[in-house]
Amino acid sequence: MDHLPALVSEARDAIQAAQSVAALDEVRVRYLGKKGEMTTLLKGLGKLSAEERPAAGERINQAKQTLAAEIDAKRQQLESEALEARLAAERIDVTLPGRTQSAGGLHPVTRTLERIEGLFTRIGYDVAVGPEIEDDYHNFEALNIPSHHPARGMADTFYFDATRLLRTHTSPVQVRTMKSTEPPIRIVCPGRVYRSDSDLTHTPMFHQVEGLLVDEDISFADLKGTIEDFLHAFFERDDLSVRFRPSYFPFTEPSAEVDIQCVMCGGDGCRVCSHSGWLEVMGCGMVHPEVFRHSGIDAERYTGFAFGMGAERLAMLRYGVNDLRLFFENDLRFLRQFA
Amino acid sequence: MKFSEQWLREWVSPQLDTQAVADQITMAGLEVDAVEPVAASFSGVVVAEVLTRESHPNADKLSVCTVDDGSGSSVQVVCGAPNVDVGQKVPFARVGGVLPDDFKIKKAKLRGVESQGMICSASELGLEEDTSAGILELPVEAPVGMDFREYMHLNDMTIEVDLTPNRGDCLSIKGLAREVGVLNRQAVSAPEVLVVPAAINDTFAVDLEAPDQCPRYLGRVITGVNTGAETPLWMVERLRRSGIRSIDPVVDITNYVMLELGQPMHAFDRDNLSGGIVVRMARPGEVLTLLDGQEIALRPETLVIADQTGPLAMAGIMGGELSGVSETTRTIFLEAAFFSPVAIAGQARSYGLHTDASHRFERGVDPELTPLAIERATRLLLEICGGQAGPVVEAKSEAAMPTAKHIKLRGERLEKALSKRLADDDVSDILERLGFGVRESEGNWLVQVPSWRFDVSIEEDLIEEVARIHGYNNLPVRRPAARLSLRPTDEAKLSLGQLRRQMVARGFQEAITYSFVAPELQSAMLPDAVSPVLANPISADMSVMRASLMPGLVRAMEHNLNRQQSRVRLFETGLVFNGELDALSQVPMMGALVCGSRDPEGWSGAKASVDFYDLKGDLESLLTLGGNRDAWRFEPAEHPALHPGQSAQVMFEGKPAGWIGTLHPQVRATLGLKVDAVVFEVRLDHLSQGDVPAFEPLSRFPEVRRDLAFTLPADRPVQTLLDSAKVKAGEYLKDITLFDVYAGKGVAEGYKSIALGLTWQHPSRTLNDEEINQLVESIVAQVQAELGAELRG
Repeated sequence: MDHLPALVSEARDAIQAAQSVAALDEVRVRYLGKKGEMTTLLKGLGKLSAEERPAAGERINQAKQTLAAEIDAKRQQLESEALEARLAAERIDVTLPGRTQSAGGLHPVTRTLERIEGLFTRIGYDVAVGPEIEDDYHNFEALNIPSHHPARGMADTFYFDATRLLRTHTSPVQVRTMKSTEPPIRIVCPGRVYRSDSDLTHTPMFHQVEGLLVDEDISFADLKGTIEDFLHAFFERDDLSVRFRPSYFPFTEPSAEVDIQCVMCGGDGCRVCSHSGWLEVMGCGMVHPEVFRHSGIDAERYTGFAFGMGAERLAMLRYGVNDLRLFFENDLRFLRQFA
Repeated sequence: MKFSEQWLREWVSPQLDTQAVADQITMAGLEVDAVEPVAASFSGVVVAEVLTRESHPNADKLSVCTVDDGSGSSVQVVCGAPNVDVGQKVPFARVGGVLPDDFKIKKAKLRGVESQGMICSASELGLEEDTSAGILELPVEAPVGMDFREYMHLNDMTIEVDLTPNRGDCLSIKGLAREVGVLNRQAVSAPEVLVVPAAINDTFAVDLEAPDQCPRYLGRVITGVNTGAETPLWMVERLRRSGIRSIDPVVDITNYVMLELGQPMHAFDRDNLSGGIVVRMARPGEVLTLLDGQEIALRPETLVIADQTGPLAMAGIMGGELSGVSETTRTIFLEAAFFSPVAIAGQARSYGLHTDASHRFERGVDPELTPLAIERATRLLLEICGGQAGPVVEAKSEAAMPTAKHIKLRGERLEKALSKRLADDDVSDILERLGFGVRESEGNWLVQVPSWRFDVSIEEDLIEEVARIHGYNNLPVRRPAARLSLRPTDEAKLSLGQLRRQMVARGFQEAITYSFVAPELQSAMLPDAVSPVLANPISADMSVMRASLMPGLVRAMEHNLNRQQSRVRLFETGLVFNGELDALSQVPMMGALVCGSRDPEGWSGAKASVDFYDLKGDLESLLTLGGNRDAWRFEPAEHPALHPGQSAQVMFEGKPAGWIGTLHPQVRATLGLKVDAVVFEVRLDHLSQGDVPAFEPLSRFPEVRRDLAFTLPADRPVQTLLDSAKVKAGEYLKDITLFDVYAGKGVAEGYKSIALGLTWQHPSRTLNDEEINQLVESIVAQVQAELGAELRG
């Protein structure tokens, strides 16, 4: 019994010296295990007198508990150290780029068309599309542009033969829709259109969105409201000034060009707006009765409005693109800017 | 059309500055394109008289003059112009004056002779482009000492309006003044045109053989004309400010009347005419040499002015060279005619011509203008060139003349169209000032359209007139009301947006390429393609409609490869055009192209290049979107643009729907492409066709999986093994997965090893080993019999 303090001290040193959970386990077995030294001491109690035994037993048990507690503490310390070491070893550079594919992106014209379609379909317009190789009738005649009309000179047309051509606007889709549908009609017609013009500000192919609304009691005021709302929504600016200028399209009467306050200079005048402070962005008007007649719609009962805009022009203004031709070069360095 | 602001203000002059007038007419539908000063800025230039002229002692081409510039003492000046002469009135820049481009006039010595100022030419004052003309000679009555700008009324603006084709009536000062008058509710004062009484009896017969095309023709003979006379400076200036160069007095006068009143006119040399004027259609084989020297073979739908000998002029477009007025002309036959717009429309353009006359006639010239115009031109001619006028001869077909249109304008309709009630008096006033005959009764109007408004024929046209003069921006704004009705939508359909976004998610950039391509490019890739060819392409390499998206994508790839972009992933959607025009299909497709490395350059990935299976995976990701992947199959097939061993026809429900493959090495060589590329192109209508999900109860019973490896002849497509295995796999096969393909050691040459994982599950019980073993046995027997495939040990 007399060597109990020395044994405890020796065990403590062994506990503190343990470098791993396994080594600590060995220490535990050596002192506290079934054949361990403390157990041996307890077994030796039988040799003591009955008076001495309880006190001695008490001391040994206390020593055992103390050691057990110290082992637990040490174990926790060792475990936590081991975890720390493992975590440190497993450290990675989280700033390295991820391993997945990078995403691509939509073409800015598509992005613009989708935005425009979205604004109109959300309030009940449908999207309508049609062929790009059209006939004279749908592209011109049905739109009140007879063959010798000066307006034929307004759009330089690509022809295949005497009557077949590349559509110069998406208006033929309106004609086709009016022929096949009873009012009320609310459509937007996005798509490619073609004009034989190629210079800094014209490409022989570009995209239009046209809209058509036909119903009873539709007035010029409805047209103005629709266009103003659209332009405010498209440019996300409720204070954008919009003005309507009388113009001429054979398929609408009255007709108007729509100008917005220049979005580049805020109306102060800059190169983009030719120092006028205004940008022409779309054409519109009330559907001409002759167009209704071609489409079999009663012009006394129904009225309607139509509008049309160039997607590239709106995309240029919205995203600040300064060269129209970039849209069709498909340069990845350009396209990636719209992802 | 360009015009001088001062000229307009002689007719009507609102209390507005230039910009305000320009804005006002722009907002009335006559869009102002440009407002520019009629002369560059200069100062210190006065009217002076040349007093003396002597040769320069030291220079042949110079002369030494003295001028009276009104300062009280004569001034010595050296002049280089050959046309300077004593007694002339000239623009003189005094010392201290500043000419255009900030050219300062200083005292100078020219070859030893002192020069105090400068006698100016029109070009030195920025009044003319032509620098060869010598000094500008002013009329003798020009007051010496007067500021030249003031004398010439140079503080004036040229306003250019871009008129829409319906507003031919505004192609004159008269028409523009009418608009400005109504916009300001101000009266317009036209210069008085007095009838010139006939002083001689000479006439020249006119016969209208084509009255529908030319319902009215006025002619007049004027004798003793001095065509060598000078056009007065005021007229030259007005023409210049309207963008027209002075040619000779006769042409200048006809141009002036055209600008002033809107009536294009023509003058013939009477002595070169014989028989009488016949206005008729051209006859087959007739040829005419135009004023500009061009020889034109006339077509029978072209209206001509002819005499006994043949065509003299293309009516309403351009006169002929032989019958035109020249320096030797003494007798003129003056023409003022009305040609119907339909007769002229398209004619000039069809000959590649466009003239001030054709521009006006095809838009419509007021048929009632001819008598006024001929009197106006005669008076100017007599004033400027002298001579004596004969009586006006008029040929007219009343039946063919446009009849006055009468339109009813309903007040109620007007109010509904504009969502605003305008005062009846305002409506009447607007229409009357525009020249309409107006009868109002109980809020409705009966309106007679003036002869110059070819564009107004229905009620809506009148509504527009009222609306634009009232001002579009003064009209109310509202939103259309509509019934909220649900519309059917097809749940099985994938939207174009979904398909596009899937490609974007797979790392593709969307391209938009031209729908027309170079024929060589298309035939290199698709030698058998037939697609429409443009009759008037913008250039040869944009002349044939694309029969496939592949050529455009290949070109886009090249563009990027040439710009150090080696990894290209592009897709496009759009129509492709196949067949002759009469049997044309215009089919929406989605196409994609990849080249370069499989992964973006990075720290982790392999550097392998993309191959067929990469793009096929991208395509399959589209095919699974609709939940009907089983409707699609890939069948080995050959396509001229694709590698024969690496191409497949994409089938949807057993029908061809597109292609996928590696570009054919030969095609690559032909096109000069340096890298391999894989492409696909699939019909969008099929891609967007999905299925509506149909629920199947989940089985509570365990799945059983068996992995089977077969050796298969190397040239047998795996698809055949999958198909064959399925034949005998029974109805409880849930899934068949291909998890390994191997050829090499351990597999006989000419064979490949294919490992399949088959999974079965029964909805209502546990499948036992015996059943599965039986199925496996029949599968093995089936593929062996059908394909010669052997189960590997």
